[in-house]
Amino acid sequence: MAGKTLYDKLWDDHVVHREDDGSCLIYIDRQLLHEVTSPQAFDGLRMAGRQPWRVSRNLAVADHNVPTDHRDQGIADPVSRLQVETLDKNCAEFAITEFDMSDIRQGIVHVVGPEQGATLPGMTVVCGDSHTSTHGASAALAFGIGTSEVEHALATQCLVQKKAKNMLIKVNGQVGPGVTAKDIVLAIIGKIGTAGGTGYTIEFAGEAIRALSMEGRMTVCNMAIEAGARAGLVAVDDTTIDYYRGRPYAPQGDDWNMAVRYWQRLHSDSDAQFDKIVTLNAAEIKPQVTWGTSPEMVVAVDACVPDPEQEADPVKREGMQRALQYMGLQANQKITDIRVDRVFIGSCTNSRIEDLRQAAAVIEGHHKADSVKQVLIVPGSGLVKQQAEAEGLDKIFIAAGFEWREPGCSMCLAMNADRLEAGEHCASTSNRNFEGRQGYGGRTHLVSPAMAAAAAIAGHFVNVAELNPGASS
Amino acid sequence: MKAFTQLTALVAPLDRANVDTDAIIPKQFLKSIRRAGFGPYLFDEWRYLDRGEPEMDCSNRPLNPDFVLNQPQYQGAQILLTRENFGCGSSREHAPWALEDYGFRAIIAPSFADIFFNNCFKNGVLPIVLSAELVESLFQEISAGYQLSIDLDAQTITTPSGRLIGFNVDENRRHRLLNGLDDIGLTLQQAEKIKAYETERAQRAPWLFKDA
Repeated sequence: MAGKTLYDKLWDDHVVHREDDGSCLIYIDRQLLHEVTSPQAFDGLRMAGRQPWRVSRNLAVADHNVPTDHRDQGIADPVSRLQVETLDKNCAEFAITEFDMSDIRQGIVHVVGPEQGATLPGMTVVCGDSHTSTHGASAALAFGIGTSEVEHALATQCLVQKKAKNMLIKVNGQVGPGVTAKDIVLAIIGKIGTAGGTGYTIEFAGEAIRALSMEGRMTVCNMAIEAGARAGLVAVDDTTIDYYRGRPYAPQGDDWNMAVRYWQRLHSDSDAQFDKIVTLNAAEIKPQVTWGTSPEMVVAVDACVPDPEQEADPVKREGMQRALQYMGLQANQKITDIRVDRVFIGSCTNSRIEDLRQAAAVIEGHHKADSVKQVLIVPGSGLVKQQAEAEGLDKIFIAAGFEWREPGCSMCLAMNADRLEAGEHCASTSNRNFEGRQGYGGRTHLVSPAMAAAAAIAGHFVNVAELNPGASS
Repeated sequence: MKAFTQLTALVAPLDRANVDTDAIIPKQFLKSIRRAGFGPYLFDEWRYLDRGEPEMDCSNRPLNPDFVLNQPQYQGAQILLTRENFGCGSSREHAPWALEDYGFRAIIAPSFADIFFNNCFKNGVLPIVLSAELVESLFQEISAGYQLSIDLDAQTITTPSGRLIGFNVDENRRHRLLNGLDDIGLTLQQAEKIKAYETERAQRAPWLFKDA
């Protein structure tokens, strides 16, 4: 019998019951809750007179709607405020732990979970948010769900699921200077497409993935959903175990030792069978920039905007034409000629301490270009912010004319006050360049923190590999 | 949840691939704490020429005449015909809520994003996967008044010319949708199995059960 993949192991460890048609009742170890996708789930519990099955397995934090400045003044938008207050009220009523806006631990749910050790290797983790795939960086089976399933997981600690297929993406070799986890994952999406991972759980492996920090692995798994896969995984190694040691919610003492022994088996067996294998050569990956309105519309920074006329598939060609029109770009235009109006460094993809360090390293001693209206630096959590300030990163950003903000989702999806104006180009470290995502008519270019910071200084995209040969992942 | 058994209805063609859930229902409407009322804001940025805000009265907003759902021949459509990877992006269940509230009960496409696909079944909306060739043939056939008949029990679609197209839905999902069953109620019937699992798991992974 063939060995098991990491995904097979995680799945098998959580099956409560299997139906004849293959659908399974899967046990959920951890549910993360935020204000946007939970109110209707709590209403559902109330209407049915149900209580959470195991209340301690839930952890809540408001992130999507929270302001990133003037926190002391509360939330100005009454609709946003009601949503955050509703989360507070629901958590109080059902006795669920919540890090509220005044708590230093508050932040983006996918930054807070690992940071607290609330999401651990070997767990099943769900959240009403597609970027839950982030937590797979620690070999947790983590995936986004809708609100009906949020209610289901609250009420039963289980979900009905069908097992996905296994995909292995191997990134062999080492990346060059200026190439980060973000560039690796954008290059992967460029290769397999936004539907390439649909129906699969993707395990990321290979030397270039192993060489990444936990923060870098989170960036890669975060965007598994942008490749269509609900879940991404990276096997446990010493990097994983070192990261979790001493985290507040991580096991302690004998439990820690027992947990580590269990976690050390969380890797694919050498004879495991995958349904699909994709291989990339890390040395060929250059800093990436998206030019269109889907994350798969991505090229290397030294390339040009593609020409729809060269595309044979009529549906794709029309999509490219529509994207160019929306983005206000011309076919064959150089990427480095695209000027940026705003820069956003933050989001569950790239707001961890390492991301901020990368951005700061590129800009130290420089000032943003006059043509750039605003550069937002939004740390992923209060603790990331504290750490960055302890390292003096905030001073580097402020000296460069950047704005140093409070933690939240911010301009990744512009549910709070941080947003683009119509027609503005943004160098953004977030995960989606969909039409209107960062503001009505806004034009998003997805890049790494180093690339975003460099664009802020130059006023247009530049190749960080050339700008600062010392910077690397 | 509303059951889905049979439906004969007008078809609206949305000829785009990779339609994301941000396009289906933009984020500003996600601030609502209710489950209903999203229909008027479905495809808001494509459907209207102005910028939509939550709780806006849509009856006097300027419509985009080029958008398919604003064309007179598609008024009252309950079946949406579209292209690859429909519903990609954000997990927001507000997307199927908006589609259902607008009046759509079935969506036909060559492929769907996984989370969206799953969310549809929780809301009485049937996502049907057909081959790209079959979807293309339906796009070719569409004209004013074009209706399809969908039978979930038989897993068939009948075109106006009488052509019968088969489709496939997982047994478990089909059963739940045909009967409009409450998923949570069904899972709670397995409560003893969940408890037995927890007991057994607490032996293997005691650190997960320390505070309960």
